[in-house]
Amino acid sequence: MNLWQFMLQNHTEVLELTLEHMKLVGISTLLAVLVGIPLGILITRWPSLNTPVLGGANIIQTIPSLALFGFLLPAPWIGARADRLAILALALYALLPLIRNTYAGIQGVDRAIVEAGRGMGMTDRQLLFQVELPLALGVIIAGVRVATVISVGLATIAAAIGAGGLGEYIFRGLAMVNNQVILAGAIPAAAMALLADVSLGWLEKRLSPR
Amino acid sequence: MTDAPDNRPAIEFRHVSYRVNNHGNVGRELLHDLSLEVQRGETLVLLGRSGSGKTTTLKLINLLLTPSGGELRVEARPVRDWDVIRLRRMIGYVIQEVGLFPHFTVERNIGLVPKIENWPADRIHTRVHELLQLVGLDPEIASRHPRELSGGQRQRVGVARALAADPPILLMDEPFGALDLITRAELQREFLALQQRLRKTVVFVTHDFREALLLGTRIALMEAGRLLSVQTPGEFLVSTEPLAAAYREAFSAPLRT
Repeated sequence: MNLWQFMLQNHTEVLELTLEHMKLVGISTLLAVLVGIPLGILITRWPSLNTPVLGGANIIQTIPSLALFGFLLPAPWIGARADRLAILALALYALLPLIRNTYAGIQGVDRAIVEAGRGMGMTDRQLLFQVELPLALGVIIAGVRVATVISVGLATIAAAIGAGGLGEYIFRGLAMVNNQVILAGAIPAAAMALLADVSLGWLEKRLSPR
Repeated sequence: MTDAPDNRPAIEFRHVSYRVNNHGNVGRELLHDLSLEVQRGETLVLLGRSGSGKTTTLKLINLLLTPSGGELRVEARPVRDWDVIRLRRMIGYVIQEVGLFPHFTVERNIGLVPKIENWPADRIHTRVHELLQLVGLDPEIASRHPRELSGGQRQRVGVARALAADPPILLMDEPFGALDLITRAELQREFLALQQRLRKTVVFVTHDFREALLLGTRIALMEAGRLLSVQTPGEFLVSTEPLAAAYREAFSAPLRT
């Protein structure tokens, strides 16, 4: 039977794995956003923290993904459940694009605008929320987009430690030497990445100051 | 004779110096021993070349830069005793690049300080339209965005924005420098007319000699971080100060035939 028939026949499982995959990506990206954006804002205010924060996030990125999953296994609570571990690892990987884009977005706001705002008596908070963040939003969303697309791909590896997701099919197919099974995992994952890229790209354009 | 409150200078520099803060290391001194008084209602022009310290002087007044030495008083109070935010909100600030917020309409841009001062919405609306008229702009411009405006219109909005909360002091840093000559001349004339009406205390930075003569009630000549002289335009034209003579010479070069 061909791929399409295979997927139709096993549609419950395909759906289940897809939803698992989305859960891994969704929660981890959300965590990265909640930590990464404030950190990005922080280093625009405290430039001395620039090197440690960006450096740290950079180092995390250089750790090979499977190795990172391996490091976190012995950790208490995190290592106990495979999906928690996967979510943490994915969130860590998503940090760098988010911190870096938030920082670049805010730094990229025209200096004259910030100077005018400050000179007129806006408080730092007013400047941040009324001027800098709205003008940096496009770049920040671009960071979310990059982080999400990377996460969709990385989450396929989560299956190696039993966290579920579409990687299950890929690994299973590799073990069975069955291309159909591999593709049944790979194609939905690729489609998900594409969808995330296009929809976040649309959002990015809408929110960028013209 | 004791000065009545209104006779005290609006801004007073006493031996003020400014040194760049280079992460704790001794930085370059951009301003040295500046002593200067700005009288209420006058237009004091800070004239000088690039690096003369004129912009530095201006930015000390609204504490965008902090004096390294000496005492600076605004409205008779030392700046270190002022709450920075309060000080800035009572000083209008106009810069060469204008710095309008691209994501705000003209109305929201002009109404910025009133809004953060929590004026009621209708008062802000009325004030914005009053100001648009004052700076010679069509009221229908209020709903447009800065990107739809010409350079001259933008700077007019910039001036309106600076005047919105009716501050007694206005700081202007080469505000017309980026405009074409005709628009510049227009805005200079309008500035004079505005000053006749409003009588704000204005500190105006420029490197344009003619602009200084036209707009200033007094001209403070600066060079390399030092104040050389403070004179009326008339005095300046006959001054024996070498730099003043250099300016007269530079600006009187005949047109190429």
